[in-house]
Amino acid sequence: MTAVAPEVPNVDDGLDFAPEPITQWKLFRRRFFRHRGAVIALVVLILLVIACFGVSWISPFDPNRLDLLADSVGPGSAHWLGTDELGRDQLTRILVAGQLSLKIAFSIAILSVAFGTMVGAVAGFFGAVADQFLMRLTDVFLVVPELAILAVALEGFGSTGIVIILVLSGLFWMGIARVVRGQVLAIREKEYVEAARAAGARPARIIVRHILPNIIGPIMVNMTLAVTAAIITESTLSFLGFGVQPPQTSWGRMLSSAEGYVGSDKSYLIYGPGIAILVTVLCVNFIGDGLRDAFDPQSEKH
Amino acid sequence: MADDDLTSVPPIAPPVPSSSSSSSSSSSSTGASGPLLSVTDLSVTFHTDDGDVHAVDSATFDVAENETVGIVGESGSGKTVTSLALLGLLPRSATIAGDIRFKGRSLLGLSDKQLQPIRGEEIAMIFQDALAALNPVHSVGAQISEAIRVHHPDTTPKELRARSVELLDIVGIPNPTERVDQFPHEFSGGMRQRAMIAMSIANDPDLLIADEPTTALDVTVQAQVLDVLERIQDRTRSSIILITHDLGVVAGVVDRVIVMYAGRQVEFGSVDDTFYEPKHPYTEGLLASLPRLDRRTEKHSRLHRIVGQPPSLIRLPSGCAFHPRCPYADLGGRCDQERPELVEVGVGHRSACFFPERVGTGTET
Repeated sequence: MTAVAPEVPNVDDGLDFAPEPITQWKLFRRRFFRHRGAVIALVVLILLVIACFGVSWISPFDPNRLDLLADSVGPGSAHWLGTDELGRDQLTRILVAGQLSLKIAFSIAILSVAFGTMVGAVAGFFGAVADQFLMRLTDVFLVVPELAILAVALEGFGSTGIVIILVLSGLFWMGIARVVRGQVLAIREKEYVEAARAAGARPARIIVRHILPNIIGPIMVNMTLAVTAAIITESTLSFLGFGVQPPQTSWGRMLSSAEGYVGSDKSYLIYGPGIAILVTVLCVNFIGDGLRDAFDPQSEKH
Repeated sequence: MADDDLTSVPPIAPPVPSSSSSSSSSSSSTGASGPLLSVTDLSVTFHTDDGDVHAVDSATFDVAENETVGIVGESGSGKTVTSLALLGLLPRSATIAGDIRFKGRSLLGLSDKQLQPIRGEEIAMIFQDALAALNPVHSVGAQISEAIRVHHPDTTPKELRARSVELLDIVGIPNPTERVDQFPHEFSGGMRQRAMIAMSIANDPDLLIADEPTTALDVTVQAQVLDVLERIQDRTRSSIILITHDLGVVAGVVDRVIVMYAGRQVEFGSVDDTFYEPKHPYTEGLLASLPRLDRRTEKHSRLHRIVGQPPSLIRLPSGCAFHPRCPYADLGGRCDQERPELVEVGVGHRSACFFPERVGTGTET
């Protein structure tokens, strides 16, 4: 009966403790860094980002300078990955193209996930009319013919990076919204949500503090998928001629311009951008994996 | 918020009569300022495809300051629905009638927005299944802090943490400075329930509603949790509504008890009156059903049971809902024709039976 002997009878002692508190953030980091694949992926991705955005410092070549005397040189010591048909250094071009590809991919992923999560959470939590309205809206967006809209929008507003980001985000949020809505519907019925309500928390607070942290896993996974899809869609667009316009370039654009060389002696031109896309997508997926584990407190293993 | 809120006893008038679980129950709580909570003719109806479910039917009771009132009854008798109605947490499909007054203010008809400042701050709830009621992704300390921050958004992280540790200490969790950073799944069942209690008392509420707080726990841990509740009540002088189906728990900690059957309140009185001199056959049946070690001498005796099944809440028996199972029922007379009202059968003791004097006469077998 009296097994509950408080060790510190004087409650004021609770105020004096000094050791640095273990915060959620620290626990999160600890769990993330335990995931080796994710850490390696993170390092690779960071290096890639630094290389892309710092290209003017690390590369001796001007990405836009044409050197017709050195066109289509294969990989070698002067040009590590060779030069393209106009004599521009391929490695430098890849890094420059990466700036745009990465910017577009991550912006689209973040924007579409944020918007989709918001729509899904509101629909799932409030239900009734809000749910009906938002989900029918989602359906409408889902049946829109993607490429047609893109083509029209890019023709109308110009193929700048920002337009591509906004239009693609507007076409990418539906999947996330549906996933989040379904998860919220399940979590909403949990007793801790009722407990939060009984504690006087407002709906916004319940959604942000109690529901979303519980579905961060699926959101993260979908976000990595969105990065992947964004890179690939941007490539498709560029391939079809709707994407970024020269002199700007992206990995997708480079792939499409090298497409004609498959099987020829210039086929080395497709590997660079292809591998860049592959590495980025893989890294993002690994990081997503690590994040999902890190967000789950029960994944702590000893 | 001051860190010693819980330790400093608010200056309220000495306890209302029915303080300890002994002696007179002359407390229909006509205290100077009226009861903390009074519920009048509370009815909750759910509309289903099969018909209307009368989950709670004209419940009338009150809770005085610093008092513990127990609500007992079997599953489906309306205990939990009653408590959810107090906090306005019932689904929108429920029809609620009657009146709930808390500190003289009517709670029914208030919007969610108006109820939010009351929930958690003035009336707090302890849930039955602590593992389900604690959010698995936040540390226990973060959840206690959250309960405080909902009502006191300006509290600094440092204060929140200190207060969380202090609360865990109050509910008797050892090493609170370490435990505060752990997650619910790292706690044992009894500790989780205590963490729940720490959350619910974080804002020093005037009324605690504990919905089967001990049901999921084993007996020794039950005792500890009840002990914690009692200590907290001594400290904060809050009132407690304790919902349970465990008569032993009721006898141990409760001042007055409400017995519910099929959504209706059948008896309401002090624990002593109700348990020693039940005035309703259902209460008597419940008490007789308790296994007792000291009655072992009767050979071949079987455990007493109340014959029959609890009725469907959609089609309640006519008249008194208990009459088909009642050993004293006056069939063809009033019992299956007329619905008995809750009437005074003693000082502060009410029963919804036409023949309270028959109870205990042993007509039953």
